[in-house]
Amino acid sequence: MTAEKLLTRNFGRADSHTLRAYLESGGYTAWQKAQALEPAAITEEVKQSNLRGLGGAGFPTGTKWSFIPKHHTGPVYLVINADEGEPGTFKDRYLLEREPHALIEGMLIAARAIRAAKGFVYIRGEYVEPWRRFSAAVKEAYDAGYLGRGLDVVVHRGAGAYICGEETGLISSLEGKKGWPKVKPPFPAIKGAFGMPTIVNNVETICHVPHIINRGAAWFASLGTKTQGGTRIFSVSGRVRKPGIYEASVAITLRALIYELAGGVAGNGRLKAVVPGGSSAAILRADEIDVTADVDGLRNAGTMAGSAGVIVMDETVSIPEALMVVARFYAHESCGQCTPCRESTGWIYQMTKRIVEGRGRKDDLDTILDVARRGAGTTICAFYDGAVGPYISYIEKFRAEFEALIPN
Amino acid sequence: MSVGNDAPGAWNRPPSGRAGLADPAPRVAFTAEQLAEARRLQSLYPDPRGALLPVLQMAQDAFGYISLPVEEYVAGLFNLSPAHVHEVVTFYTLFFREPKGRHVVAVCHNLSCHLAGAPEIVARLKARLGIEVGETTEDGKVTLQSVECLCACEHAPMMQVDDRYELGLTPEKVDRILEGLR
Repeated sequence: MTAEKLLTRNFGRADSHTLRAYLESGGYTAWQKAQALEPAAITEEVKQSNLRGLGGAGFPTGTKWSFIPKHHTGPVYLVINADEGEPGTFKDRYLLEREPHALIEGMLIAARAIRAAKGFVYIRGEYVEPWRRFSAAVKEAYDAGYLGRGLDVVVHRGAGAYICGEETGLISSLEGKKGWPKVKPPFPAIKGAFGMPTIVNNVETICHVPHIINRGAAWFASLGTKTQGGTRIFSVSGRVRKPGIYEASVAITLRALIYELAGGVAGNGRLKAVVPGGSSAAILRADEIDVTADVDGLRNAGTMAGSAGVIVMDETVSIPEALMVVARFYAHESCGQCTPCRESTGWIYQMTKRIVEGRGRKDDLDTILDVARRGAGTTICAFYDGAVGPYISYIEKFRAEFEALIPN
Repeated sequence: MSVGNDAPGAWNRPPSGRAGLADPAPRVAFTAEQLAEARRLQSLYPDPRGALLPVLQMAQDAFGYISLPVEEYVAGLFNLSPAHVHEVVTFYTLFFREPKGRHVVAVCHNLSCHLAGAPEIVARLKARLGIEVGETTEDGKVTLQSVECLCACEHAPMMQVDDRYELGLTPEKVDRILEGLR
């Protein structure tokens, strides 16, 4: 099930990041076309395409754009979330390095739709080469007159904090503060960066926009499922024979992705578990992978498509150890603002660690489940809910493996 | 050099003759060129304060790390309290609050790298460098860190050495990379 490549179509070219290569592959023709369209018509086209946010939340992109207040007369900002950090995800790194002009063209079109004259691209601080490549493309786009005539783009580097990938945490960080998420409402579309209406979109989401404008919403929608259009880039890692990025229809099944595209299971060759959407997604057992990988398909399977970071585990992998590693991550990255998250992530990491080290106590597993369930939904942002997904699913689905490590 | 209006307000300067936190270090200041760049960065944002992270990044490049006097200096450039800048600096992992090695080796220990043998890589680095994670070698050459996902999981295990990603690590490859550091 290898759909036509959109986002990765030029990745075979060594110079795919240059303006020349982008123009040769039809680049900036969608922008030409979009300039003749009314902003509302662009938003409507994106709505009809069923494009959903590809950073993690899966929110319908056109709908998000339509939340910008109609009669607002002050500035509106477009912010690109290039703070890729969800464990198991690496697609935006490729897009920034190899298709930066698609992001710029998508920004031009999105900015017209929401009437933004300024765009910020927030790139994680560790991404030095992606930042250099993207900055060079921005310069090319200014020199060629695509930017600077209605849209200015500021490339902003993060400084190391996973929480800045959360859109309101990102906005706080962009405003020169620590990256604490903000209470919603008001949503960023009403009151976002610097107090102005703001749309925050993921890199990959925006890179799709030129294709939608060029070839139409109906075509894009037809590539996916009834509720999500298009392709997306799956980042596949862990115990597979061919780890890497794979662009496929969002309607691909996890089984086809792992066995047909990524070459099957490495390690001892027998599948034990799959994390389908970055580490914040609930884990699936080997017998649960005959599901489509779109937002609603995975939601119905009790997990989430998230950022499409697919982490594969063969039978030799210790699930308790995997949970300990994941729990350490959430303990480290909790921003500390909300008590349930700050406290639980730290304690749950300590408990998973002592279980793995053979010092677990009889009631540890039930305590973790209880703490996880009580805290879910009580915090300002979705970070803690993202930690609760793995806490509960790893233990519920592989409980015997945890119990075997706890001394009698 | 004189920084004119950019000097921090007198209220946050320790009184002369008293041993304040900022006293022992020499006065820090950007060069005229760096200052112009800081002002340019500030002009890119609707509120100049948006440039705080980029200017702190500049300051770290210029002064090696973000000491308390650097925090105070940067606070002055933004008319912010040093406490606010301290809050920001301590929130992010890429700001160093003490001198770092000439090279920073940051090895990923998250899930995909863990599955591919990251613990072995960390052990090798510690053994070869003779330091624990979070420490700097005595000769000031290398600071070793163990970090969360750097998003190059397809090449796990991996690490970042200064600006570069080093991919598909083996203990032997780690040795070669360390030998190449000057």
